[in-house]
Amino acid sequence: FMQRGLDSQTKKQLEEEEKKIISEEHWYLDVPDLKEKESCIIEERSFLRCEDLVYGRMSFKGFNPEIEKLMIQMNSKGKEEGIEEDDKMEADVSDEEMARRYETLVGTIGKKFLRKRDQRVLKGDDEDEDGEVEEGSSNTRPSKRAKKMFLKPQD
Amino acid sequence: GGAYWVDSQQKRYVPVKGDHVIGIVTAKAGDVFRLDVGGSEPASLSYLAFEGATKRNRPNVQVGDLIYGQFVVANKDMEPEMVCIDSSGKSSGMGIIGQDGFLFKVSLGLIRKLLAPKCEIIQELSQLYPFELVIGMNGRIWVKAKTVQQTLIIVNILEACEYMTAEQRKQALAKLSGN
Repeated sequence: FMQRGLDSQTKKQLEEEEKKIISEEHWYLDVPDLKEKESCIIEERSFLRCEDLVYGRMSFKGFNPEIEKLMIQMNSKGKEEGIEEDDKMEADVSDEEMARRYETLVGTIGKKFLRKRDQRVLKGDDEDEDGEVEEGSSNTRPSKRAKKMFLKPQD
Repeated sequence: GGAYWVDSQQKRYVPVKGDHVIGIVTAKAGDVFRLDVGGSEPASLSYLAFEGATKRNRPNVQVGDLIYGQFVVANKDMEPEMVCIDSSGKSSGMGIIGQDGFLFKVSLGLIRKLLAPKCEIIQELSQLYPFELVIGMNGRIWVKAKTVQQTLIIVNILEACEYMTAEQRKQALAKLSGN
């Protein structure tokens, strides 16, 4: 009686029948669910929450200046939030400098992605600007020709 | 508001999550340090739990060092775990406590007194000499002053504060500051 594969339908029917049999055997409470009372009691084992305890690391009369700074920081965290304003002033790079650098940054990275022709033109412009000594011709070609041509070594 | 607590006096510390304590390094077990915090079990401290620590940049912790840190795990079912950074990743005063100084143990009730805001004892002591103080919730206090004598004086005052009344204390301090 080895059936190679029961049809899925017959399988389902069998399962359903099994479930029915089983669920009838299961016991269940016929009582309405009790509402869980939200307990308003929270257990807390640390004294930190109860009393307004001060930070444990202290220094007096300038023995350890870093800790004295910390003390001021820690102990005023609870009181004021004016300290946050000071942080903005202490930025390492000022806004203006950021703006300047960003401008130039955009230019340099933009050059990187130019196609070859455009890069040559740019280079030519730069050379012209540098070549203060050379007079007259601001054509890029002669300088390029000079570059490309092979210079015979003089005997 | 609306908090009630039972104020009791005890000497033995029970690790509690979030408490800042002073621990003594007893062993290095691979990547983890074992710290004695005065509880029933030694606490564990991972070497990565320091500010700026990476796998290559390990903190320089030796056996016998003192460490100020806080508990992240502390319940009766598990071994307590400590870290030396806070939730934002900054050390904020935690970490290895420097060289020299004196570590001693007091009762937990005194610790709570000392850590109360505007504690008279601390205010009066701070008028005496420059010194540094680390108070751990596990009953341990570490003191460092310029000379050994000054350090010992502070230690004795703190220990005696347990039983002295406020007047006696002021008398003792007056004598000292007079000297």
